[in-house]
Amino acid sequence: MRKVLLMVAVAAMSVMLASVAFAGAKKDKVKVGFVYISPVGDEGYSYAQDQGRKAIDALPWVETSFVESVAEGPDSERVVLNFARKGYDMVIGTSFGYMDPMVKVSKKFPKTAFMHCSGFKTTPNMSNYFGRMYQARYLTGIVAGMMTKSNVIGYVAAFPIPEVIRGINAFTLGVRSVNPEATVRVVWTKTWYDPALEKDAAISLLDMKADVITQHQDSPGPQEAAQERGKYSIAYNSDMSKMAPKSHLTAAIWNWEPVFKNAVEQLRDGVWQGNESLWWGMDQGVVDIAPYGSMVPQNVKDKVAEAKKAIVEGNNAIFVGPLKDQNGKEMVPAGKSMTDPELLGMMWFVEGVIGNTK
Amino acid sequence: MLESFIVPLLAATVQSGTPILYATLGEILTEKGGVLNLGVEGMMSMAAFAAFFVTMTTGNPWFGFIAGGIAGVFMAALHGLVCITCLGNQVVSGLALTILGVGLCNFLGTPYIGTATEGFDKFSFPVLSAIPYIGDIFFRQDALVYVSYLIPVLFMFFINRTSLGLAITAVGEKPAAAAAVGLKAVRLRWIALLGGGFLIGLGGSYLSLAYTHLWANGLSGGRGWIAVALVIFAFWRPGRAVFGAYLFGGVMAFQLRLQAVGTHIPSSLLLMLPYSLTILVLIFSAMRGRSGNAPAHLGINIEPEG
Repeated sequence: MRKVLLMVAVAAMSVMLASVAFAGAKKDKVKVGFVYISPVGDEGYSYAQDQGRKAIDALPWVETSFVESVAEGPDSERVVLNFARKGYDMVIGTSFGYMDPMVKVSKKFPKTAFMHCSGFKTTPNMSNYFGRMYQARYLTGIVAGMMTKSNVIGYVAAFPIPEVIRGINAFTLGVRSVNPEATVRVVWTKTWYDPALEKDAAISLLDMKADVITQHQDSPGPQEAAQERGKYSIAYNSDMSKMAPKSHLTAAIWNWEPVFKNAVEQLRDGVWQGNESLWWGMDQGVVDIAPYGSMVPQNVKDKVAEAKKAIVEGNNAIFVGPLKDQNGKEMVPAGKSMTDPELLGMMWFVEGVIGNTK
Repeated sequence: MLESFIVPLLAATVQSGTPILYATLGEILTEKGGVLNLGVEGMMSMAAFAAFFVTMTTGNPWFGFIAGGIAGVFMAALHGLVCITCLGNQVVSGLALTILGVGLCNFLGTPYIGTATEGFDKFSFPVLSAIPYIGDIFFRQDALVYVSYLIPVLFMFFINRTSLGLAITAVGEKPAAAAAVGLKAVRLRWIALLGGGFLIGLGGSYLSLAYTHLWANGLSGGRGWIAVALVIFAFWRPGRAVFGAYLFGGVMAFQLRLQAVGTHIPSSLLLMLPYSLTILVLIFSAMRGRSGNAPAHLGINIEPEG
């Protein structure tokens, strides 16, 4: 009986502890630790996150440090734990697989703030953040749709998860908004970073008459393939024009500065909150498209500028009905928009995509 | 269909197969001398980095190509030091070599990720590229592919027709008998191991100089392991190694193209194909009892006399 009582008491206490909101005091100085999945390198996903880190590091009251190439799982727990132990005020983990380790560590260090990218779990002192990349994908789709001559566009895709599928769909909707004849062919590599395989995948699409190639992975492999064949390419994560200056039309890019800046300012002012999910878009400047290559004509730039204005002003939510799936079945009726939860779980291709979601 | 699908597919097959071909031939030479080397994956990784680095600093991809081979020799020498000189366990040393090579090239390569260099571009081989189909498949490739066409022929000649090649085979089969007729068994093993390391290294060079022209971690992507399995598939014969390397290259190229055409087969199944094939090949070889083709003293160290 005593044992039972004890257990009840412990359970009650842990519930109470869990419900205590993150109590942050005002701070003069904020120390932030970043955990990256891949090397910072010259381009790509971690590079983009690190640009955001550098931007806040320039603030005189912010101090940052980072650990790169941290594998998801136990390794990441060790790195996150280490930052928390060293007294960092905030730990930012940038990969999906850091989620559970961060949840675990956040419970042990209730006075430390945790920010996790692309996940869905939060705690009283852990929030998550991501960006509406699909808005930038839509704009790059317009570029592809206007630049293609063969009306075949190749998409080198990473893993069939909602984030990637949403990107392919938004891109295709962008393509078809200016060129209803064009189709987008998808090849999955099931990799985030394998330059040789991703280049091969792009070549297989180029052989299918694709004349614009885009991608979801971090490596410049597909860009290289497009340039070698004298075709066009659209990059992702960061500007890759350095790798393929002759083919690089533009890129769908991240800009994490607004998210990080907001977080450290809130932390300094003692108003930062856990249990939040930030999904910011183009209006806050979190996603954008990179400067154009010299081969992109003015009418394409004008068309994109027009569409960008509509997105920023909230007049184009992109996933607005009527939307059909790739077999012509109506998925979203006219006049309806997809909700955020629907977008976050999107596992079907829109009309115009050739490929399958498995 | 033929011109829009099959010819590009076969051309891609040759390219995907080439790094595996170099590595498989290197491993066959190594094993012919009686040393089992499971470090191919690590050797290819280090070679790819050496090739990239030397090309970047000298601006000449041929120097890079050879540097990759030399890196392979150095890695093989490490294996030889452990297994031939110190009589260590060949399996353990090979696995350690893989871990070392993959880790070290990632460590050394991190500052250069995404850096592009000179490399080998595709060009049409004079005259031969004009042959219908065959020209498109085999003779619109890069220089390293053309080099790879010569290697199996030279290899066959070397192993079957030269006294050095036959001596290496003898040492792999029965080192004691070879020693009895006056062959220097240990020295021959070293030659086979280092020569094999050079070829494996060339396979690594191909990845960073022709397959892509830039440095990236993890370029090898499991190709070293496929090469180790292919040696068994090839029954230690160079001719079959060519067939095996192109078969694997073909499967890799095919699954991507099948997706590009638009198929209802889940991509997960298609991506499994090269690996399922590896397992099938091993089962098939075991069932036919042809692993008996292995050099009789493969993996067994030569104990010093007395």
